[in-house]
Amino acid sequence: MIRTAAFAGVLVLWGLVAYGNRALALMNPVLLPTPGEVVAVAAPQIRDGSLARHLAVSSLRIVEGFGLAAAAALGLGLLVAVWVPARLALEPMIEFVRPIPPLAFLPMFLVWFGLGETSKVAFIAYTTFFPMFVGISASLSRVDVMLLRAAASLGASRRELLGRVVLPAALPSIVLALRLGFGLAIFVIVGAEFMGADAGLGNLIMEGRVFFNPAQIVMGALLLGVLGSLANGLLLAAERRALKWRALP
Amino acid sequence: MSPASLVGTGGARVQIEGVHKEFPVDGRSTPALVGVSLEVSAGELLCLLGPSGCGKSTLLNIVAGFLPPTGGRVLVDGTPVTGPGPERGVVFQEYVLFPWLTVAQNVEFGPRLTGMEAARCREIVARYLDMVGLREHATKFPVQLSGGMKQRVAIARALANNPSIVLMDEPFGALDAQTREVMQEELSRIQRLEHKTIVFVTHSIREAVYLADRVVVMTRSPGRIKEVFTIKLPEVRDRFAPEFTRYEAAITRLVKEEVAMVRE
Repeated sequence: MIRTAAFAGVLVLWGLVAYGNRALALMNPVLLPTPGEVVAVAAPQIRDGSLARHLAVSSLRIVEGFGLAAAAALGLGLLVAVWVPARLALEPMIEFVRPIPPLAFLPMFLVWFGLGETSKVAFIAYTTFFPMFVGISASLSRVDVMLLRAAASLGASRRELLGRVVLPAALPSIVLALRLGFGLAIFVIVGAEFMGADAGLGNLIMEGRVFFNPAQIVMGALLLGVLGSLANGLLLAAERRALKWRALP
Repeated sequence: MSPASLVGTGGARVQIEGVHKEFPVDGRSTPALVGVSLEVSAGELLCLLGPSGCGKSTLLNIVAGFLPPTGGRVLVDGTPVTGPGPERGVVFQEYVLFPWLTVAQNVEFGPRLTGMEAARCREIVARYLDMVGLREHATKFPVQLSGGMKQRVAIARALANNPSIVLMDEPFGALDAQTREVMQEELSRIQRLEHKTIVFVTHSIREAVYLADRVVVMTRSPGRIKEVFTIKLPEVRDRFAPEFTRYEAAITRLVKEEVAMVRE
């Protein structure tokens, strides 16, 4: 209820500012598109299916890149949590590469992986891997030692400790790390599609810039917001189902 | 399946031989336990009593296999302890239930690990949940339980695994006074059924006299054994009986002496 009202309020505010600007001619109206103009830009693209194609292309890239990164972060996070030599070898390297802004490497991805899908997927995977890896490996190695003692005194072997205690105990933090990674994937898809893409929401926004069509830029941005909140809603629902033991009355 | 076969088997003998434990404090090795030797007979309930910081929990953790002793050793039915094991069940002060498992799943955690078939697991869970009076709470999660109920689940979880020894580290320390006495009565009743070897750490003298066959009073840091009291009271005890009070008074005097010595 409050959420819907807040959304409606923001829309009304936008309309007031944009149409007011038009009426009072405070700044060049082209620079501040009205809701009506955004709808006018979107309508033909919805009708001919090109908007759906852009959405699908971006979504697929996000899912593929995020999926690769999540699998790698889970696998390496587990390895680092259970095997000290792996931790000693991997962590310093990852901590060195992690703070470098991924955008600095974006041109290299185009050189290495070409202009096709691979470079976008690889770039998203590369960007989202680090925060997910750090979150997952930390949550796996910080499981309460008392839980491990309790399970060991009930007869759990090392492997059983991992499967029956470490993983379920770390699951809430793992899910959180995945959610953050997914959010980041939506964040960086635009950058990946700015360079050398012929479809996708980032490409749509870039086109809006090149052909000076602010309404199209706003439309692309809004669609990214919708995509992000839909995905977050899905992940939250999955989280609530899997972690219902945490929030019971 | 006859009901008798669900009943846990009795206790094992524990020998603590010259156990020594040092911890590094500010880079220097500081003794926490000095030359502790003790034998707990099969089926005995032994209370370790002492002021906080006397090393009683450290001793329990060594018997559990969570900590290695710096010197000496612990034997269970003649076999040296090298780590935690299912024959030594542990009940912790802070319950330490698995929060992602229901009450029933917590209780069957141990039996499941042994590869026991599901039907038999269910019988065992039912028996021990009945024993601690939580059968109707079987499908709840730990967050939904009160402190006393959580500790009952923890006791049921330890017993369902049929250990020969149960190590209890101030298990009722976090409970309010009334719940605490009820839990003591329940433990005493369960022990009359199960005859486990129990090592029970507490700093409550009343609790020790109510539960124990023997009370071991420990000195303050470094911990060593000060005196051992054999409690010659009936199995079902009356906290207001004059003999009960006599034991309580004698142990209280000894413990006060210990605290006073540290102050001087």
